[in-house]
Amino acid sequence: MIRNITIGQFFPTNSVIHRLDPRIKIIITFMFIVSLFFITSFYPYLLILIFLILTIKLSKVPFIYVLKGLKPLLLIIIITFLINIFMTKGEVILSIGPLNIAREGIRQAVFMALRLIFLVMGTSLLTLTTSPISLTDGIEKLLSPLKKIGVPAHEIAMMMTIALRFIPTLLEETDKIMKAQMARGADFESGNIINRAKNLVPLLVPLFINAFRRADELAVAMEARCYRGGENRTRMRELKLGRNDIIAISFSIIFFVFIASTRYINIRGLI
Amino acid sequence: MIIKIENLSYVYSPNTPFEIKALDNVSLTINEGEFIGLIGHTGSGKSTLVQHLNGLIKPTSGRVVVDGIDTSGDRADLLKVRQKVGLVFQYPEHQLFEETVYKDIAFGPKNLGLKEEEINLRVKKAMEAVGLDYDKLKDRSPFELSGGQKRRVAIAGVLAMNPKVLILDEPTAGLDPRGRDEILTGLKRLYDEENITIILVSHSMEEVARFVNRIIVMHKGKIAMDGSTKEVFKEQQKLEELGLGIPQITQFMRKYRIKGNDVDDTVITVEEAKRELINYLRRKEND
Repeated sequence: MIRNITIGQFFPTNSVIHRLDPRIKIIITFMFIVSLFFITSFYPYLLILIFLILTIKLSKVPFIYVLKGLKPLLLIIIITFLINIFMTKGEVILSIGPLNIAREGIRQAVFMALRLIFLVMGTSLLTLTTSPISLTDGIEKLLSPLKKIGVPAHEIAMMMTIALRFIPTLLEETDKIMKAQMARGADFESGNIINRAKNLVPLLVPLFINAFRRADELAVAMEARCYRGGENRTRMRELKLGRNDIIAISFSIIFFVFIASTRYINIRGLI
Repeated sequence: MIIKIENLSYVYSPNTPFEIKALDNVSLTINEGEFIGLIGHTGSGKSTLVQHLNGLIKPTSGRVVVDGIDTSGDRADLLKVRQKVGLVFQYPEHQLFEETVYKDIAFGPKNLGLKEEEINLRVKKAMEAVGLDYDKLKDRSPFELSGGQKRRVAIAGVLAMNPKVLILDEPTAGLDPRGRDEILTGLKRLYDEENITIILVSHSMEEVARFVNRIIVMHKGKIAMDGSTKEVFKEQQKLEELGLGIPQITQFMRKYRIKGNDVDDTVITVEEAKRELINYLRRKEND
Protein backbone atom coordinates (compact mmCIF):
# COMPACT_ATOMS: atom_id res chain seq x y z
CA MET A 1 0.00 0.00 0.00
CA ILE A 2 2.82 2.42 0.85
CA ARG A 3 5.00 1.05 -1.88
CA ASN A 4 3.01 2.82 -4.60
CA ILE A 5 4.60 6.21 -4.04
CA THR A 6 6.75 7.08 -7.05
CA ILE A 7 7.67 10.67 -6.19
CA GLY A 8 11.28 10.65 -5.14
CA GLN A 9 11.86 7.15 -6.42
CA PHE A 10 14.76 6.29 -8.66
CA PHE A 11 14.13 4.19 -11.76
CA PRO A 12 17.43 2.69 -12.89
CA THR A 13 18.05 2.43 -16.66
CA ASN A 14 21.27 3.33 -18.38
CA SER A 15 19.95 6.10 -20.60
CA VAL A 16 21.43 9.37 -21.86
CA ILE A 17 19.30 11.27 -19.37
CA HIS A 18 20.47 9.10 -16.49
CA ARG A 19 24.08 9.74 -17.40
CA LEU A 20 23.75 13.53 -17.48
CA ASP A 21 25.53 15.44 -14.74
CA PRO A 22 23.17 15.85 -11.79
CA ARG A 23 23.97 19.57 -11.56
CA ILE A 24 22.82 20.04 -15.15
CA LYS A 25 19.63 18.13 -14.47
CA ILE A 26 18.88 20.17 -11.37
CA ILE A 27 19.44 23.44 -13.24
CA ILE A 28 17.30 22.30 -16.16
CA THR A 29 14.50 21.24 -13.80
CA PHE A 30 14.74 24.59 -12.10
CA MET A 31 14.47 26.42 -15.44
CA PHE A 32 11.58 24.16 -16.35
CA ILE A 33 9.67 25.12 -13.19
CA VAL A 34 10.30 28.83 -13.58
CA SER A 35 9.35 28.84 -17.25
CA LEU A 36 6.04 27.12 -16.45
CA PHE A 37 5.01 30.18 -14.49
CA PHE A 38 5.71 32.48 -17.43
CA ILE A 39 3.28 30.71 -19.69
CA THR A 40 0.10 32.60 -20.50
CA SER A 41 -1.19 30.83 -23.61
CA PHE A 42 -1.69 27.27 -24.76
CA TYR A 43 0.94 26.93 -27.49
CA PRO A 44 3.91 26.99 -25.08
CA TYR A 45 2.21 24.22 -23.11
CA LEU A 46 2.18 22.14 -26.25
CA LEU A 47 5.92 22.69 -26.61
CA ILE A 48 6.47 21.77 -22.98
CA LEU A 49 4.46 18.59 -23.51
CA ILE A 50 6.59 17.66 -26.53
CA PHE A 51 9.71 18.41 -24.48
CA LEU A 52 8.49 16.16 -21.66
CA ILE A 53 7.54 13.30 -23.97
CA LEU A 54 10.90 13.45 -25.74
CA THR A 55 12.79 13.48 -22.44
CA ILE A 56 10.77 10.56 -21.09
CA LYS A 57 11.41 8.62 -24.30
CA LEU A 58 15.13 9.33 -24.04
CA SER A 59 15.21 8.32 -20.37
CA LYS A 60 13.65 4.90 -21.11
CA VAL A 61 11.44 5.24 -18.04
CA PRO A 62 8.01 3.74 -18.83
CA PHE A 63 5.50 6.52 -19.46
CA ILE A 64 3.03 4.96 -17.01
CA TYR A 65 5.64 5.27 -14.29
CA VAL A 66 5.93 9.03 -14.70
CA LEU A 67 2.15 9.35 -14.70
CA LYS A 68 1.94 7.33 -11.48
CA GLY A 69 3.73 10.16 -9.72
CA LEU A 70 0.56 12.21 -10.29
CA LYS A 71 -1.60 9.87 -8.26
CA PRO A 72 -0.93 11.23 -4.78
CA LEU A 73 -1.51 14.77 -6.08
CA LEU A 74 -4.66 13.97 -7.99
CA LEU A 75 -6.87 15.34 -5.24
CA ILE A 76 -5.00 18.65 -5.13
CA ILE A 77 -5.17 18.95 -8.90
CA ILE A 78 -8.90 18.29 -8.90
CA ILE A 79 -9.56 20.77 -6.07
CA THR A 80 -7.51 23.46 -7.84
CA PHE A 81 -9.42 22.74 -11.01
CA LEU A 82 -12.82 23.02 -9.29
CA ILE A 83 -11.96 26.18 -7.37
CA ASN A 84 -10.74 27.87 -10.50
CA ILE A 85 -13.66 26.80 -12.62
CA PHE A 86 -16.27 28.10 -10.17
CA MET A 87 -14.57 31.09 -8.58
CA THR A 88 -13.33 32.93 -11.67
CA LYS A 89 -15.64 35.74 -12.69
CA GLY A 90 -16.41 36.53 -16.29
CA GLU A 91 -18.84 35.80 -19.09
CA VAL A 92 -21.18 33.13 -17.66
CA ILE A 93 -21.83 30.27 -20.05
CA LEU A 94 -23.35 27.69 -17.69
CA SER A 95 -24.92 27.84 -14.27
CA ILE A 96 -25.72 24.94 -11.98
CA GLY A 97 -27.80 26.20 -9.06
CA PRO A 98 -25.87 28.93 -7.33
CA LEU A 99 -22.66 28.03 -9.15
CA ASN A 100 -21.64 29.82 -12.30
CA ILE A 101 -19.12 28.68 -14.80
CA ALA A 102 -17.49 31.41 -16.81
CA ARG A 103 -15.56 31.06 -20.04
CA GLU A 104 -12.55 32.59 -18.29
CA GLY A 105 -13.04 30.08 -15.47
CA ILE A 106 -12.69 27.08 -17.76
CA ARG A 107 -9.60 28.55 -19.30
CA GLN A 108 -8.09 29.37 -15.94
CA ALA A 109 -8.93 25.91 -14.51
CA VAL A 110 -7.43 23.99 -17.40
CA PHE A 111 -4.41 26.24 -17.21
CA MET A 112 -3.78 25.66 -13.55
CA ALA A 113 -4.37 21.91 -13.81
CA LEU A 114 -1.92 21.65 -16.73
CA ARG A 115 0.64 23.70 -14.85
CA LEU A 116 0.43 21.41 -11.81
CA ILE A 117 0.54 18.24 -13.89
CA PHE A 118 3.62 19.39 -15.83
CA LEU A 119 5.24 20.56 -12.62
CA VAL A 120 4.88 17.15 -10.99
CA MET A 121 5.88 15.25 -14.12
CA GLY A 122 8.98 17.38 -14.67
CA THR A 123 10.20 17.14 -11.12
CA SER A 124 9.48 13.44 -10.75
CA LEU A 125 11.40 12.91 -13.96
CA LEU A 126 14.42 14.42 -12.18
CA THR A 127 14.22 11.99 -9.27
CA LEU A 128 13.32 9.05 -11.50
CA THR A 129 16.47 9.51 -13.56
CA THR A 130 18.91 10.63 -10.86
CA SER A 131 19.98 8.37 -8.03
CA PRO A 132 19.57 9.99 -4.60
CA ILE A 133 23.31 9.95 -4.05
CA SER A 134 24.18 11.81 -7.24
CA LEU A 135 21.25 14.16 -6.62
CA THR A 136 22.65 15.26 -3.29
CA ASP A 137 26.16 15.36 -4.78
CA GLY A 138 24.79 17.76 -7.36
CA ILE A 139 23.08 19.89 -4.73
CA GLU A 140 26.24 20.02 -2.66
CA LYS A 141 28.28 21.16 -5.65
CA LEU A 142 25.71 23.74 -6.66
CA LEU A 143 25.56 25.14 -3.14
CA SER A 144 29.30 25.13 -2.58
CA PRO A 145 29.87 28.71 -3.83
CA LEU A 146 27.57 29.77 -0.99
CA LYS A 147 29.93 28.28 1.58
CA LYS A 148 31.72 31.60 1.62
CA ILE A 149 28.71 33.32 3.12
CA GLY A 150 28.29 30.57 5.72
CA VAL A 151 25.87 28.16 4.04
CA PRO A 152 26.77 24.67 5.34
CA ALA A 153 26.59 23.07 1.89
CA HIS A 154 28.17 19.77 2.83
CA GLU A 155 26.08 19.35 5.96
CA ILE A 156 22.87 20.09 4.07
CA ALA A 157 23.80 17.56 1.40
CA MET A 158 24.75 14.94 4.00
CA MET A 159 21.47 15.42 5.83
CA MET A 160 19.57 15.01 2.59
CA THR A 161 21.55 11.92 1.66
CA ILE A 162 20.80 10.35 5.02
CA ALA A 163 17.15 11.34 4.91
CA LEU A 164 16.75 9.92 1.39
CA ARG A 165 18.70 6.83 2.32
CA PHE A 166 16.33 6.07 5.17
CA ILE A 167 13.03 6.61 3.35
CA PRO A 168 12.88 3.03 2.03
CA THR A 169 14.10 1.69 5.37
CA LEU A 170 11.38 3.54 7.23
CA LEU A 171 8.75 2.46 4.70
CA GLU A 172 9.83 -1.13 5.13
CA GLU A 173 9.78 -0.74 8.88
CA THR A 174 6.32 0.83 8.81
CA ASP A 175 5.12 -2.05 6.71
CA LYS A 176 6.59 -4.58 9.11
CA ILE A 177 5.26 -2.98 12.29
CA MET A 178 1.84 -2.53 10.69
CA LYS A 179 1.79 -6.20 9.82
CA ALA A 180 2.98 -7.21 13.27
CA GLN A 181 0.20 -5.21 14.91
CA MET A 182 -2.34 -6.45 12.38
CA ALA A 183 -1.30 -9.98 13.32
CA ARG A 184 -2.44 -9.02 16.81
CA GLY A 185 -5.80 -7.89 15.47
CA ALA A 186 -5.05 -4.17 15.05
CA ASP A 187 -7.11 -2.30 12.50
CA PHE A 188 -5.63 0.55 10.50
CA GLU A 189 -8.22 0.81 7.80
CA SER A 190 -11.69 1.32 9.26
CA GLY A 191 -13.37 3.56 11.80
CA ASN A 192 -13.84 7.33 11.96
CA ILE A 193 -10.99 9.80 11.87
CA ILE A 194 -10.48 10.01 15.65
CA ASN A 195 -10.41 6.25 16.05
CA ARG A 196 -8.06 5.92 13.14
CA ALA A 197 -5.68 8.43 14.67
CA LYS A 198 -5.83 6.53 17.96
CA ASN A 199 -5.16 3.27 16.18
CA LEU A 200 -1.94 4.73 14.81
CA VAL A 201 -0.31 4.81 18.26
CA PRO A 202 0.82 1.15 18.11
CA LEU A 203 2.46 2.01 14.79
CA LEU A 204 4.01 5.39 15.56
CA VAL A 205 5.54 4.67 18.95
CA PRO A 206 7.70 1.74 17.77
CA LEU A 207 8.50 3.58 14.54
CA PHE A 208 9.89 6.60 16.42
CA ILE A 209 11.77 4.51 18.93
CA ASN A 210 13.39 2.51 16.14
CA ALA A 211 14.22 5.66 14.17
CA PHE A 212 16.04 7.16 17.14
CA ARG A 213 17.86 3.92 17.80
CA ARG A 214 18.93 3.83 14.16
CA ALA A 215 20.09 7.44 14.21
CA ASP A 216 22.20 6.67 17.25
CA GLU A 217 23.78 3.64 15.65
CA LEU A 218 24.46 5.54 12.44
CA ALA A 219 26.15 8.39 14.32
CA VAL A 220 28.41 5.96 16.13
CA ALA A 221 29.22 4.11 12.92
CA MET A 222 30.12 7.38 11.17
CA GLU A 223 32.30 8.50 14.03
CA ALA A 224 34.00 5.12 14.09
CA ARG A 225 35.03 5.86 10.52
CA CYS A 226 36.36 9.28 11.51
CA TYR A 227 33.66 11.38 9.88
CA ARG A 228 34.25 15.03 10.72
CA GLY A 229 32.18 16.93 8.20
CA GLY A 230 33.03 18.12 4.72
CA GLU A 231 36.44 19.66 5.38
CA ASN A 232 39.10 18.16 3.08
CA ARG A 233 36.82 15.31 2.15
CA THR A 234 37.53 13.81 -1.26
CA ARG A 235 35.00 11.87 -3.25
CA MET A 236 35.01 8.63 -5.13
CA ARG A 237 33.24 9.99 -8.18
CA GLU A 238 34.14 13.54 -9.17
CA LEU A 239 31.47 15.35 -11.13
CA LYS A 240 32.72 16.33 -14.57
CA LEU A 241 30.81 18.01 -17.37
CA GLY A 242 30.79 16.06 -20.61
CA ARG A 243 29.79 16.87 -24.18
CA ASN A 244 26.22 15.73 -23.60
CA ASP A 245 25.91 17.99 -20.58
CA ILE A 246 26.93 21.02 -22.62
CA ILE A 247 24.50 20.12 -25.39
CA ALA A 248 21.67 19.56 -22.90
CA ILE A 249 22.19 22.78 -21.01
CA SER A 250 22.61 24.88 -24.18
CA PHE A 251 19.47 23.49 -25.72
CA SER A 252 17.54 23.92 -22.47
CA ILE A 253 18.60 27.55 -22.02
CA ILE A 254 17.44 28.41 -25.54
CA PHE A 255 14.22 26.41 -25.15
CA PHE A 256 13.16 27.75 -21.78
CA VAL A 257 14.11 31.35 -22.55
CA PHE A 258 11.91 31.04 -25.61
CA ILE A 259 9.07 29.58 -23.50
CA ALA A 260 9.38 32.38 -20.98
CA SER A 261 9.54 35.01 -23.70
CA THR A 262 6.16 33.92 -25.09
CA ARG A 263 4.65 35.86 -22.23
CA TYR A 264 5.88 39.07 -23.87
CA ILE A 265 5.79 38.21 -27.57
CA ASN A 266 2.79 37.08 -29.52
CA ILE A 267 4.08 33.83 -31.02
CA ARG A 268 1.13 33.39 -33.27
CA GLY A 269 2.33 36.54 -34.89
CA LEU A 270 5.76 34.97 -35.29
CA ILE A 271 4.46 31.82 -36.90
CA MET B 1 -5.24 -30.70 8.56
CA ILE B 2 -5.33 -27.12 9.77
CA ILE B 3 -3.70 -25.12 6.98
CA LYS B 4 -3.94 -25.94 3.30
CA ILE B 5 -1.92 -24.06 0.70
CA GLU B 6 -2.80 -24.64 -2.94
CA ASN B 7 -0.62 -23.51 -5.87
CA LEU B 8 0.37 -20.35 -4.07
CA SER B 9 2.41 -17.78 -5.99
CA TYR B 10 3.36 -14.28 -4.94
CA VAL B 11 5.11 -11.48 -6.84
CA TYR B 12 6.53 -8.36 -5.15
CA SER B 13 6.26 -5.01 -7.01
CA PRO B 14 4.75 -6.48 -10.18
CA ASN B 15 5.42 -4.64 -13.49
CA THR B 16 8.41 -2.65 -12.23
CA PRO B 17 12.14 -3.28 -12.59
CA PHE B 18 12.04 -4.39 -8.95
CA GLU B 19 9.68 -7.28 -9.68
CA ILE B 20 10.54 -10.39 -7.67
CA LYS B 21 8.77 -13.71 -7.71
CA ALA B 22 8.92 -14.63 -4.04
CA LEU B 23 6.75 -17.74 -4.13
CA ASP B 24 6.36 -20.02 -7.09
CA ASN B 25 3.46 -22.46 -7.12
CA VAL B 26 3.76 -23.71 -3.56
CA SER B 27 1.39 -26.42 -2.34
CA LEU B 28 1.51 -27.60 1.24
CA THR B 29 -0.61 -28.94 4.05
CA ILE B 30 0.09 -28.37 7.69
CA ASN B 31 -1.52 -30.75 10.15
CA GLU B 32 -2.65 -30.14 13.67
CA GLY B 33 -0.03 -30.95 16.30
CA GLU B 34 3.01 -30.70 14.05
CA PHE B 35 6.20 -28.92 15.09
CA ILE B 36 7.60 -27.76 11.79
CA GLY B 37 11.00 -26.29 11.04
CA LEU B 38 10.96 -24.01 8.01
CA ILE B 39 14.47 -23.51 6.71
CA GLY B 40 16.03 -21.94 3.66
CA HIS B 41 18.54 -19.42 2.51
CA THR B 42 17.91 -15.68 2.97
CA GLY B 43 15.48 -14.64 0.25
CA SER B 44 14.15 -18.14 -0.32
CA GLY B 45 10.59 -17.02 0.41
CA LYS B 46 10.17 -18.23 3.99
CA SER B 47 8.96 -14.93 5.39
CA THR B 48 6.63 -14.34 2.47
CA LEU B 49 5.16 -17.79 2.94
CA VAL B 50 4.46 -17.38 6.65
CA GLN B 51 2.87 -13.99 6.11
CA HIS B 52 0.37 -15.67 3.82
CA LEU B 53 -0.65 -18.03 6.56
CA ASN B 54 -2.51 -15.38 8.50
CA GLY B 55 -3.64 -13.22 5.62
CA LEU B 56 -1.13 -10.38 5.97
CA ILE B 57 -0.27 -10.92 2.33
CA LYS B 58 -2.86 -11.87 -0.25
CA PRO B 59 -1.81 -14.47 -2.82
CA THR B 60 -1.04 -13.27 -6.35
CA SER B 61 -2.51 -16.60 -7.41
CA GLY B 62 -3.55 -19.76 -5.63
CA ARG B 63 -5.15 -19.90 -2.22
CA VAL B 64 -4.55 -20.42 1.47
CA VAL B 65 -7.22 -22.00 3.65
CA VAL B 66 -6.89 -21.90 7.43
CA ASP B 67 -9.25 -24.14 9.37
CA GLY B 68 -11.82 -23.85 6.59
CA ILE B 69 -11.48 -20.08 6.12
CA ASP B 70 -10.01 -18.64 2.94
CA THR B 71 -7.50 -15.89 3.79
CA SER B 72 -8.52 -13.73 0.86
CA GLY B 73 -11.91 -13.15 2.50
CA ASP B 74 -13.23 -9.97 4.16
CA ARG B 75 -12.10 -8.36 7.39
CA ALA B 76 -14.24 -10.43 9.74
CA ASP B 77 -12.76 -13.60 8.25
CA LEU B 78 -9.28 -12.18 8.50
CA LEU B 79 -9.66 -11.40 12.19
CA LYS B 80 -10.69 -15.01 12.75
CA VAL B 81 -7.70 -16.27 10.79
CA ARG B 82 -5.33 -13.97 12.69
CA GLN B 83 -6.71 -15.24 15.97
CA LYS B 84 -6.13 -18.85 14.90
CA VAL B 85 -2.68 -18.26 13.45
CA GLY B 86 -0.37 -16.21 15.64
CA LEU B 87 2.65 -14.78 13.85
CA VAL B 88 5.75 -13.60 15.71
CA PHE B 89 7.94 -11.55 13.39
CA GLN B 90 11.69 -11.35 13.44
CA TYR B 91 12.88 -9.04 16.24
CA PRO B 92 9.36 -8.79 17.63
CA GLU B 93 10.55 -6.54 20.46
CA HIS B 94 10.64 -3.73 17.90
CA GLN B 95 6.84 -3.54 17.94
CA LEU B 96 6.38 -3.02 21.67
CA PHE B 97 4.63 0.29 22.28
CA GLU B 98 2.61 0.35 25.51
CA GLU B 99 3.53 1.88 28.85
CA THR B 100 3.44 -1.38 30.73
CA VAL B 101 4.14 -5.00 29.94
CA TYR B 102 0.56 -5.87 30.91
CA LYS B 103 -0.99 -3.39 28.49
CA ASP B 104 1.23 -4.48 25.64
CA ILE B 105 0.35 -8.14 26.00
CA ALA B 106 -3.32 -7.21 26.42
CA PHE B 107 -3.34 -5.39 23.06
CA GLY B 108 -4.19 -8.49 21.04
CA PRO B 109 -6.96 -9.87 23.28
CA LYS B 110 -8.44 -6.35 23.49
CA ASN B 111 -8.66 -6.21 19.72
CA LEU B 112 -10.58 -9.47 19.85
CA GLY B 113 -13.15 -7.69 22.02
CA LEU B 114 -12.72 -9.90 25.09
CA LYS B 115 -13.89 -9.02 28.60
CA GLU B 116 -11.47 -7.58 31.16
CA GLU B 117 -11.34 -10.76 33.30
CA GLU B 118 -10.67 -12.95 30.30
CA ILE B 119 -7.93 -10.57 29.15
CA ASN B 120 -6.40 -10.64 32.62
CA LEU B 121 -6.38 -14.42 32.60
CA ARG B 122 -4.82 -14.64 29.20
CA VAL B 123 -2.07 -12.13 29.96
CA LYS B 124 -1.19 -14.10 33.08
CA LYS B 125 -1.13 -17.38 31.19
CA ALA B 126 0.88 -15.99 28.29
CA MET B 127 3.49 -14.53 30.62
CA GLU B 128 3.74 -17.81 32.44
CA ALA B 129 4.14 -19.68 29.17
CA VAL B 130 7.19 -17.62 28.19
CA GLY B 131 8.61 -17.69 31.71
CA LEU B 132 8.00 -14.11 32.81
CA ASP B 133 7.02 -13.31 36.41
CA TYR B 134 3.54 -11.76 36.23
CA ASP B 135 3.53 -9.91 39.56
CA LYS B 136 7.04 -8.60 39.19
CA LEU B 137 6.91 -7.44 35.59
CA LYS B 138 3.34 -6.57 34.68
CA ASP B 139 3.63 -2.89 35.65
CA ARG B 140 7.15 -2.35 34.33
CA SER B 141 7.75 -0.51 31.09
CA PRO B 142 8.65 -2.98 28.36
CA PHE B 143 11.44 -0.65 27.25
CA GLU B 144 13.46 -1.06 30.43
CA LEU B 145 13.67 -4.85 30.22
CA SER B 146 16.59 -6.85 28.88
CA GLY B 147 16.67 -7.94 25.25
CA GLY B 148 15.58 -11.50 25.98
CA GLN B 149 12.79 -10.33 28.27
CA LYS B 150 11.53 -7.83 25.69
CA ARG B 151 11.35 -10.57 23.12
CA ARG B 152 9.43 -12.81 25.48
CA VAL B 153 6.97 -10.00 26.18
CA ALA B 154 6.43 -9.67 22.43
CA ILE B 155 5.91 -13.42 22.04
CA ALA B 156 3.49 -13.38 24.97
CA GLY B 157 1.58 -10.65 23.14
CA VAL B 158 0.91 -13.11 20.33
CA LEU B 159 0.26 -16.07 22.65
CA ALA B 160 -2.41 -14.06 24.46
CA MET B 161 -4.52 -14.34 21.29
CA ASN B 162 -4.72 -18.08 22.04
CA PRO B 163 -3.64 -19.16 18.58
CA LYS B 164 -4.01 -22.75 17.38
CA VAL B 165 -0.95 -22.33 15.20
CA LEU B 166 2.06 -20.35 16.34
CA ILE B 167 4.56 -19.18 13.73
CA LEU B 168 7.89 -17.73 14.83
CA ASP B 169 10.26 -16.08 12.38
CA GLU B 170 13.75 -16.64 13.79
CA PRO B 171 12.73 -16.13 17.39
CA THR B 172 16.26 -16.51 18.72
CA ALA B 173 18.15 -14.23 16.32
CA GLY B 174 20.56 -11.94 18.14
CA LEU B 175 20.01 -13.39 21.61
CA ASP B 176 22.67 -14.73 23.95
CA PRO B 177 22.73 -18.51 24.59
CA ARG B 178 20.70 -18.14 27.76
CA GLY B 179 17.98 -16.01 26.17
CA ARG B 180 17.89 -18.49 23.32
CA ASP B 181 17.44 -21.47 25.62
CA GLU B 182 14.73 -19.76 27.63
CA ILE B 183 12.69 -19.09 24.52
CA LEU B 184 13.19 -22.51 22.97
CA THR B 185 12.41 -24.50 26.10
CA GLY B 186 9.36 -22.28 26.62
CA LEU B 187 8.21 -23.18 23.14
CA LYS B 188 8.81 -26.86 23.69
CA ARG B 189 6.81 -26.78 26.92
CA LEU B 190 4.01 -24.96 25.15
CA TYR B 191 4.01 -27.58 22.42
CA ASP B 192 3.97 -30.48 24.86
CA GLU B 193 1.31 -29.08 27.17
CA GLU B 194 -1.04 -27.03 25.02
CA ASN B 195 -1.38 -29.11 21.89
CA ILE B 196 -0.44 -26.12 19.76
CA THR B 197 0.93 -26.41 16.23
CA ILE B 198 4.24 -24.60 15.84
CA ILE B 199 6.12 -23.46 12.76
CA LEU B 200 9.66 -22.38 13.51
CA VAL B 201 11.54 -20.41 10.85
CA SER B 202 15.21 -20.82 11.61
CA HIS B 203 18.74 -20.68 10.32
CA SER B 204 20.14 -22.91 13.00
CA MET B 205 20.16 -26.60 12.16
CA GLU B 206 20.89 -27.46 15.79
CA GLU B 207 17.75 -25.63 16.92
CA VAL B 208 15.65 -27.35 14.29
CA ALA B 209 17.11 -30.78 15.02
CA ARG B 210 16.41 -30.47 18.72
CA PHE B 211 12.77 -29.52 18.56
CA VAL B 212 10.87 -30.09 15.34
CA ASN B 213 9.41 -33.26 13.88
CA ARG B 214 9.03 -32.12 10.29
CA ILE B 215 11.28 -29.99 8.12
CA ILE B 216 10.30 -27.94 5.10
CA VAL B 217 13.17 -26.57 3.03
CA MET B 218 12.51 -23.63 0.74
CA HIS B 219 14.68 -22.62 -2.18
CA LYS B 220 14.03 -19.78 -4.64
CA GLY B 221 10.34 -19.58 -3.79
CA LYS B 222 9.76 -23.31 -4.14
CA ILE B 223 9.59 -26.17 -1.69
CA ALA B 224 12.85 -28.04 -2.16
CA MET B 225 12.42 -30.70 0.52
CA ASP B 226 9.69 -31.75 2.91
CA GLY B 227 9.85 -34.63 5.35
CA SER B 228 10.62 -35.82 8.84
CA THR B 229 13.65 -34.32 10.53
CA LYS B 230 15.72 -37.47 10.12
CA GLU B 231 14.78 -37.94 6.47
CA VAL B 232 15.75 -34.40 5.53
CA PHE B 233 19.03 -34.43 7.44
CA LYS B 234 20.03 -37.67 5.70
CA GLU B 235 20.50 -35.72 2.48
CA GLN B 236 23.56 -33.76 3.43
CA GLN B 237 24.69 -33.16 -0.12
CA LYS B 238 21.39 -31.75 -1.29
CA LEU B 239 21.17 -29.48 1.74
CA GLU B 240 24.66 -28.18 1.10
CA GLU B 241 23.79 -27.47 -2.52
CA LEU B 242 20.97 -25.28 -1.19
CA GLY B 243 23.42 -23.36 0.97
CA LEU B 244 22.31 -25.13 4.14
CA GLY B 245 23.89 -27.84 6.21
CA ILE B 246 23.26 -30.52 8.76
CA PRO B 247 23.73 -30.31 12.52
CA GLN B 248 27.38 -30.39 13.57
CA ILE B 249 26.82 -33.49 15.66
CA THR B 250 25.44 -35.39 12.68
CA GLN B 251 28.45 -34.30 10.66
CA PHE B 252 30.70 -35.57 13.39
CA MET B 253 28.94 -38.94 13.57
CA ARG B 254 29.20 -39.35 9.83
CA LYS B 255 32.92 -38.69 9.83
CA TYR B 256 33.35 -41.01 12.80
CA ARG B 257 31.57 -43.76 10.92
CA ILE B 258 33.71 -43.27 7.84
CA LYS B 259 36.75 -43.81 10.04
CA GLY B 260 35.51 -47.35 10.55
CA ASN B 261 33.35 -47.06 13.63
CA ASP B 262 30.00 -48.80 13.30
CA VAL B 263 27.76 -46.07 14.77
CA ASP B 264 24.33 -44.89 13.69
CA ASP B 265 25.03 -41.70 11.74
CA THR B 266 21.45 -40.51 11.46
CA VAL B 267 21.37 -39.06 14.97
CA ILE B 268 20.73 -35.35 14.99
CA THR B 269 20.99 -34.16 18.58
CA VAL B 270 23.83 -34.20 21.06
CA GLU B 271 21.72 -36.22 23.50
CA GLU B 272 21.09 -38.98 20.96
CA ALA B 273 24.73 -38.96 19.95
CA LYS B 274 25.81 -39.38 23.54
CA ARG B 275 23.58 -42.42 23.97
CA GLU B 276 24.68 -43.90 20.67
CA LEU B 277 28.37 -43.43 21.46
CA ILE B 278 28.09 -44.97 24.92
CA ASN B 279 26.25 -47.93 23.43
CA TYR B 280 28.83 -48.27 20.71
CA LEU B 281 31.76 -48.21 23.12
CA ARG B 282 30.04 -50.82 25.33
CA ARG B 283 29.40 -53.05 22.33
CA LYS B 284 33.02 -52.77 21.36
CA GLU B 285 34.22 -53.64 24.84
CA ASN B 286 32.02 -56.72 24.95
CA ASP B 287 33.34 -58.06 21.67
